[in-house]
Amino acid sequence: MYDFTYQKPSSLADAVKVLSGDMEAKALAGGQTFIPVLKQRLNKPSTVVDLSKLGLSGITVAGDKIVIGAMTRHADIASNPDIQAKIPGLAHQASLIGDEAVRHRGTMGGSLANNDPAACYPSAILALGGTIKTDRRSIAADDFFQGMFTTALEQGEIITSIELPIPQKSAYEKFRNPASRYAIVGVFVAKHASGVRLAITGAGQGGVFRHTEMEKALSANFSPDAINGIVTPADDLNSDIHASSEYRAHLIGVVSKRAVAKAA
Amino acid sequence: MGFEGIGASVRRKEDVRFLSGKGNYTDDINRPGQLYAVIKRADRAHAKINSINIAAASAAPGVVKVFVGDDMAADGVGGIPCGWQIHNQDGSPMAEPAHPAIATGKVRHVGDPVAVVIATTKQEARNAAELLEIDYTDLPAVAHLTDAVKPGAVEVHDGVAGNICYDWAIGDKAVIDGVFANAHKVVKLELTNNRLIPNAMEPRVALGDYDTSSGEFTLYTTSQNPHVIRLLMGAFVLHIPENKLRVFAPDVGGGFGSKIYHYAEEAIVTWAAGKLRRPVKWTADRGESFMSDAHGRDHVSTAEMAIDQEGHFLGLRITTLANMGAYLSTFAPAVPTYLYATLLSGVYKTPVIYCNVKAVFTNTVPVDAYRGAGRPEATYLLERLVDVIAYETGIDKVELRRKNFIPADAFPYQTPVALQYDSGDYQTTLRVGLKNADWDGFEARRAEAKKRGKLRGIGISTYVEACGIAPSAVVGSLGARAGLYEVAEIRVHPTGSVTVFTGTHSHGQGHETTLAQLVVDQLGVPFDQVEVVHGDTAKIPFGMGTYGSRSLAVGGSAMVKAMDKVIAKGKKIAAHLMEASVEDIEFKNNTFTVAGTDKSKTLTDISLAAYVPHNYPIEELEPGLDETAFYDPKNFTFPGGCHIAEVEIDPETGVVAMVNFTAVDDVGRVINPMIVEGQVQGGVAQGIGQALMEGCGYDADGQLTTGSFMDYTMPRANDIPNMSVATENTMCTHNPLGSKGCGEVGAIGSPPAVINAVVDALKDYGVRHLDMPATGPKLWSIIQASTPRMAAE
Repeated sequence: MYDFTYQKPSSLADAVKVLSGDMEAKALAGGQTFIPVLKQRLNKPSTVVDLSKLGLSGITVAGDKIVIGAMTRHADIASNPDIQAKIPGLAHQASLIGDEAVRHRGTMGGSLANNDPAACYPSAILALGGTIKTDRRSIAADDFFQGMFTTALEQGEIITSIELPIPQKSAYEKFRNPASRYAIVGVFVAKHASGVRLAITGAGQGGVFRHTEMEKALSANFSPDAINGIVTPADDLNSDIHASSEYRAHLIGVVSKRAVAKAA
Repeated sequence: MGFEGIGASVRRKEDVRFLSGKGNYTDDINRPGQLYAVIKRADRAHAKINSINIAAASAAPGVVKVFVGDDMAADGVGGIPCGWQIHNQDGSPMAEPAHPAIATGKVRHVGDPVAVVIATTKQEARNAAELLEIDYTDLPAVAHLTDAVKPGAVEVHDGVAGNICYDWAIGDKAVIDGVFANAHKVVKLELTNNRLIPNAMEPRVALGDYDTSSGEFTLYTTSQNPHVIRLLMGAFVLHIPENKLRVFAPDVGGGFGSKIYHYAEEAIVTWAAGKLRRPVKWTADRGESFMSDAHGRDHVSTAEMAIDQEGHFLGLRITTLANMGAYLSTFAPAVPTYLYATLLSGVYKTPVIYCNVKAVFTNTVPVDAYRGAGRPEATYLLERLVDVIAYETGIDKVELRRKNFIPADAFPYQTPVALQYDSGDYQTTLRVGLKNADWDGFEARRAEAKKRGKLRGIGISTYVEACGIAPSAVVGSLGARAGLYEVAEIRVHPTGSVTVFTGTHSHGQGHETTLAQLVVDQLGVPFDQVEVVHGDTAKIPFGMGTYGSRSLAVGGSAMVKAMDKVIAKGKKIAAHLMEASVEDIEFKNNTFTVAGTDKSKTLTDISLAAYVPHNYPIEELEPGLDETAFYDPKNFTFPGGCHIAEVEIDPETGVVAMVNFTAVDDVGRVINPMIVEGQVQGGVAQGIGQALMEGCGYDADGQLTTGSFMDYTMPRANDIPNMSVATENTMCTHNPLGSKGCGEVGAIGSPPAVINAVVDALKDYGVRHLDMPATGPKLWSIIQASTPRMAAE
């Protein structure tokens, strides 16, 4: 990696100040993407701002919501009894991210801020209709994800927590890239009182997206058969050496049905 | 302390240091005043180097020196040599283009070294390497075999017409064509053997050192054969006499063949250490490993079998294109010839075989031996072809194999492709394999899987391979530029403990345990009083290293010979001490006894007398108890066996799950059953990787598309089923241990078993053959393309 200065502020305001005042400064959450990127010299930050002393970890149940601190590790989400009981799809999803070491370092806030098009969490947050809380505002999941590696976050804006409505049912099904183990197609389905939301990661050229046609069918009939025959066009899907866009389009149908079967 | 001799599953003594972080790997070694080298590599597959401006890099902080290829050439440094010369069909030698350690004139593959930056820290060297200004003129590149042999293809090396390194054949073309002309039926199969990247856990490292007081060079390196490196680098590249060059390969974290070869980086750091009078270390990062470690396999073949009405094999005719990459790696030319075509008889009594191999240069990383080396390619071709014959004739695939097997009473068996198999019993390994795999119960399992919506298939592979490499005179006549004997020194210390100095090298195989067990067995010395030393040319006698499953069959045999000498000398000393005739001395259980009496001396009594020769036959016998033996094998050894794979395919996604794997191998005498089981498991895991997951990709421009673990699919523990591993052994008849070797059998026998199982699972889809790796999207496409036809039927 290139040389950089390192700061570990102990207040959110200080962290925001450093990150806002320097376009080349970067925030470090769990570092499970960022540090490999630095090691490969694909990024050259002036300052790395370590967010681990800001007190942003923890999981709390607040009425009909679960609030997860941005620095909460995947392993803690996967093993949290409240999440396992109330949003089992999310606990399961967290248990599938990376490997054991990644899950003990990587954070939900870091993953969301990075918005890797093949990351798992964006599908959960979008399907659950979550809200991303930052140092300055609340952003609805529908507004947060703005394309591959692109979010609504402004320069220097730090995610502090993620607020997730507790759905009636939830499940995540992941079809892994056999090499990287990222999602080639990951489907998170959540059945809310207001209807079903189903979000797909790994497949879309623009990152995570909701499959509205499936949502409509599932809102009427929450069963795998309800989405039989729904064809996803391959046009806007990723194509790489591991999966063509046609294969991904097909997998969206298969994986979605499996997610619904698991949730139903 | 229980039984620790031959046949005991003694726990590996080396694992204590490996598992507790106390291994001594090359990168753990640091020398005073050490500098760090970073190698600037070509980012393109084929280009003319117009100029390299080193000014900015040379002036960067911490930089001591920047060298380019012309600097090495001007200093008289030779190119990287090739260790094996193959001759064309017309008798002329193969094309052997120059392979400079650092490219001069042109770069020929992504990863080709262009310059080396040497600085006081690795970080500074990396920073400076980014400041090198290289002006290239891009040239068209050719990466794939079939493209490289097309008329008018780009030439990788000027003057190597058609990119053909050699055009070699074994067998008589006229005779085989006659067999085919008169055959009842001919079954033809075109297939590829996918290119693999070895990916040892430990990346390569080289640390060159120069002692200004003695004038001695030392190279610390991740090698499977330090003496071979010393010979090649000293004699051909750097012109350093062997008495002034030490090569030390300490703990090495996996090789699989990729650490056999003499690599450019070894020469670069050793030469640079001499120039700069300071130690210079290079450590590959993982990305460099992908583009600079020799790759494996990469064949395109057409195979045809002529058969009679009953399915007896009458003749086998093969043409193979084998990728050499951009330059010849150390043993590359031997792999698709003498380690491949000579194995095409397999376990079958096919009377006539002809094989033509064209080795081809491409703008890719050099290709050389990788676990199995030629034998997996031969086995895959043959065992797929046998299944296709069964498919086309309707003969049961097990029956077809049985009726063509070389019978157990036919050994020694001379194949039509030069090898003479000494022993084997293919019917037995097959019978036990079928039983252990519950072959007869398979259709019930298939039906049960179908209820779950899964396509279940079973596949078999019956194979033989050749290892215990190799009789020196034989390989010399075939073009090897080295002998392939092995050496051992057995040093019995005054107090009776033993140090073994072996020319073989352990890089994960557990030699420190297995070889110690030989000493326990033959000399009766307790296991914990035996030390095995390897890897350091300053300590060990001139040995050839570890590859081709040779360490036990060849290196272990050298130990047996050396221990025989120890015992013979010990008997003379014992006879003197006990005032008996040498002929009356017996040695057993660490003790010399006068036959028929209760007079005895322990080995320790004798070794003490040998080193403190106060009462000693000094007129007739030298003091000391330290014997060396060189063992040149009389023949190859021929492990074989039966592998059975069972898979389930999810028809909705095409994804294959390995659900069962059964291996029954004949590896000859087993020293440590636990280690054999581990070796087979590891080999099978790599075979499953090749069959289902791994595949090195280059695009049409020669860019490596699988240059990291994000894209190159390595098998992981959860991809590998629990496997049933057993041995049914016949003894090697020509070495004193009877051992054949077990390091490669897993990687050789398993890929065709897996693909045969995949094809079997797809039998309702009209699939005759598919190429490795059998990935989800590939199988999904096949299933998609076939479904309408099935529906129409």
